[in-house]
Amino acid sequence: MTDIANPPAASVDETPFRRFVADFCESRVAIAGLVGFIAVLLVAVFAPLISPTDPYDLMQVDVLDSRQPPGAKRYTDGMVYWLGTDGQGRDMLSGIFYGLRTSLFVGAMSGFAAMLIGMTVGLLAAYFGGRTDTVIMRLVDLQLSFPTVLVALMLLAALGQGVGKIIIALIVVQWAYYARTIRGTALVERRKEYMEAARGLALGHPSLLFRHLLPNCLPPLIVVGTVQVAHAIALEATLSFLGLGLPPTEPSLGLLIANGFDYLLSGRYWISFYPGVALLITIVCINLVGDQVRDVLNPRLRR
Amino acid sequence: MAETLRVENLRTSFLTKWGEVTAVDDVSFSVDAGEILGIVGESGSGKTVTGFSILGLIDPPGRIKGGRILFQDEDLVGLPENRMREYRGKRIAMVFQDPMMTLNPVLRIDTQLIESVLAHDKVDRVTARQRARDALGQVGIPSPDERLASYPHQFSGGMRQRVAIAMALLHRPALIVADEPTTALDVTIQGQILFEVQKLCKESRTALIWISHDLSVVAGLADRVAVMYAGKLVEQGSVDDVLDRPMHPYTSGLIGSLPSNNIRGQPLRQIPGMTPSLLNLSAGCAFRTRCPRADAACLESPPVSVPASGREVRCAHPLVGGGS
Amino acid sequence: MIIYVARRLAQALLVVFAMTLIVFLGVNVIGSPVDILISPDCNQACYQASLKALGLDLPLHQQYLVFLKNAVTGDLGKSFAIGVPALPLIVERMPATLELALSAMFLAIVIGIPLGMWAGLKPDSVAGKTIMGGSILGFSLPTFWVGLMLIMVFAVYLGVLPSTGRGETVQVFGVRLSILTLDGLAHLILPAVNLALYKISLVIRLTRAGVRETITQDYVKFARARGLKARRVILVHVLKNIMIPVVTVVGLELGNVIAFSVVSETIFSWPGMGKLLIDSLRLLDRPVVVAYLMITVLMFVVINLIVDVLYTALDPRIRLQGAAI
Repeated sequence: MTDIANPPAASVDETPFRRFVADFCESRVAIAGLVGFIAVLLVAVFAPLISPTDPYDLMQVDVLDSRQPPGAKRYTDGMVYWLGTDGQGRDMLSGIFYGLRTSLFVGAMSGFAAMLIGMTVGLLAAYFGGRTDTVIMRLVDLQLSFPTVLVALMLLAALGQGVGKIIIALIVVQWAYYARTIRGTALVERRKEYMEAARGLALGHPSLLFRHLLPNCLPPLIVVGTVQVAHAIALEATLSFLGLGLPPTEPSLGLLIANGFDYLLSGRYWISFYPGVALLITIVCINLVGDQVRDVLNPRLRR
Repeated sequence: MAETLRVENLRTSFLTKWGEVTAVDDVSFSVDAGEILGIVGESGSGKTVTGFSILGLIDPPGRIKGGRILFQDEDLVGLPENRMREYRGKRIAMVFQDPMMTLNPVLRIDTQLIESVLAHDKVDRVTARQRARDALGQVGIPSPDERLASYPHQFSGGMRQRVAIAMALLHRPALIVADEPTTALDVTIQGQILFEVQKLCKESRTALIWISHDLSVVAGLADRVAVMYAGKLVEQGSVDDVLDRPMHPYTSGLIGSLPSNNIRGQPLRQIPGMTPSLLNLSAGCAFRTRCPRADAACLESPPVSVPASGREVRCAHPLVGGGS
Repeated sequence: MIIYVARRLAQALLVVFAMTLIVFLGVNVIGSPVDILISPDCNQACYQASLKALGLDLPLHQQYLVFLKNAVTGDLGKSFAIGVPALPLIVERMPATLELALSAMFLAIVIGIPLGMWAGLKPDSVAGKTIMGGSILGFSLPTFWVGLMLIMVFAVYLGVLPSTGRGETVQVFGVRLSILTLDGLAHLILPAVNLALYKISLVIRLTRAGVRETITQDYVKFARARGLKARRVILVHVLKNIMIPVVTVVGLELGNVIAFSVVSETIFSWPGMGKLLIDSLRLLDRPVVVAYLMITVLMFVVINLIVDVLYTALDPRIRLQGAAI
């Protein structure tokens, strides 16, 4: 049954990266996800430049403008609040732009740091094996047997609020996923012949670990990474919503949504709705990209 | 002899993302009751797809694009799934290549045997169990009563293949399609199973199609042999005729590369080149790039010629005298 | 087998013990509750008295030993905020949370498995693609925001379902349940759906992946070659094989659902343990937080044990290890 057809031979100038790009582009949905994600990223980076108002500048906020529905005009100069205003009269659109900035920053920073830590620890566990491996993996198992949201809640309750603190909490709940993933791959890769060959050259531990072993363990790590960043952004929003994440001085999307909760029952949906949509678009785009990356990098689905 | 199966001009193709692949192209053959037909070819030659086509087990993106499959004078091509199901396992049975994979690992042997009985016969479970037990005994499994309650992983590979054969024999089918059923087994077990299958077929006058890449297995087992290359049947005839006097250069090359036909100490003879990809087959004979006799005439598809009764060859320059 | 179970039990006990230590230390880092509880005009003496009353004047390791000794006897301290024993407070709230979590899990299974099978069997059909698109959405939707939107649509705009509380309950063996009354059921729907959404997506994807992998297996083709009806092939041969990963993950996810009910309970004012936890965290009510964590640790350990047992029951290859010939 495997004897149906062989794919046409790869062209000579095909590099793994080009092949990856070509395979990735096969899914139009995934491209849309990537484009969407880049758009969100640009909005977050340039938020101060493209926002109609600065939601943190108290001079620009007027209580008379509070709880305006989408499309209402500012009573001073007639500027349009495209997505309405919140309970304090801040422009929702600007709030969302700034909120995206915070959310993406927290998600990316924690994801990156957790990846670095998890990668190093997992690689060491697989490479040295024995007791190092046992101790590290016991710790990972213990950590993973507890739901991330609970661990993060506890940490934040202990640490208090703040951007730095929530990043720490998110690193703590994420590193174990990376560690487990890379250890699994590294255990397989370690036994392959190129590692034998590299060891035969009497290279030092650092060179073996980072020049030879690590690059071959990256694909699954990238897959876990995209999932984890999406997860981190959602978790940060959840924690902020519960009032244990970011302080009100640095409103992330979660906090914006929480602020709208009180107005929801009186039908002022936009205060919670639009920040949620922004959050949703961000996470959907990351997940779409992640899904396709996983399919492309999965050797078992190789067509 | 009564003809059990006649396949005429069968074409089966698969739609892949690189284009349409015709895995079986214009294949015709027949099997009589009690006869054993060996289909020989390397992987990718379309022999497995031929077997699945007969049972109507070609799944999308594949489909049968043309030809007829006459089983006891009824055309199976285009038969609706529910009618086709009544044939499968009941009148046409199949044995697969890898016995490690063909039995469901999470279901007990008796469950799988009994469901096979109940799929076609309305009998009570006690009777069905009795028949399952008898079938295990028939294929030489010791103490079948105890073994019924086992899971597949508790059997060795040879035993599992016996169980699979027992399932194929449950309904005394008129035709069995066996797709390399002994390839994954040890040589000694292979011999036992070959012997028993041959005996069972002759006794019950079951027609058997034995698909294999191994010419020597087919030589010892089959009455007639058909050789496939790149989706086409290139040569068929009685085993003795084809092995002693091959007419297609490919058959000749296959026979020549058998270890027993080589001289000790000399490098093994081989057919130069590689099997072509079915995707970019150009017109003409698919074997011509590897063929010592190829010339301009081979750029066109060679016709099938019938040099003698029961003998067919698809070649523009057949080896007339035969010999390798 | 007995040795295996004994080893698992010992491991579980070790985990519980380790967690008492971690939980105790972790919770003690949370600011001093005395600062919140005493009145602003309290002087130094009054402050010391409060510390003593709460047992916070002892050194940390002594506090831990006292805590451990009491914990073994089921005493996890009194709530600082309302002065009642913490453990009964949590246990009293437990049925509500379990009811919510199990309802969500039930929804995830009865909706997720059929949809996942459909998507796996017909991956290129419109329905299959819609299901997968929906599952990506379900994966990406933040639970708390979906909860708000559910309230907005069903409680505010349509006004068909209640958005807060448990509604009418009935006592079964001394446990109050919402699910058995019509009013209670109406109250349960929104939070349960909210909590289930992510898990439905998860089950869909697991099931679909399992089906896609299983239907290419030889034993499925062989089952068809034996003339079995498509129904039997799918419902017995395919389903039984994919149940192994699905049951494992669903079982392990139960702990996650209980944890995540913190969010749904807060939004829908569902009076379970999760809402109590959030309230206690805000009040720095240490004993209640500790009691919650200890109870959940115990629950997770028990769930993991049950999943292991179920897993071996489903997969004969593990159950009969060593019996192979």
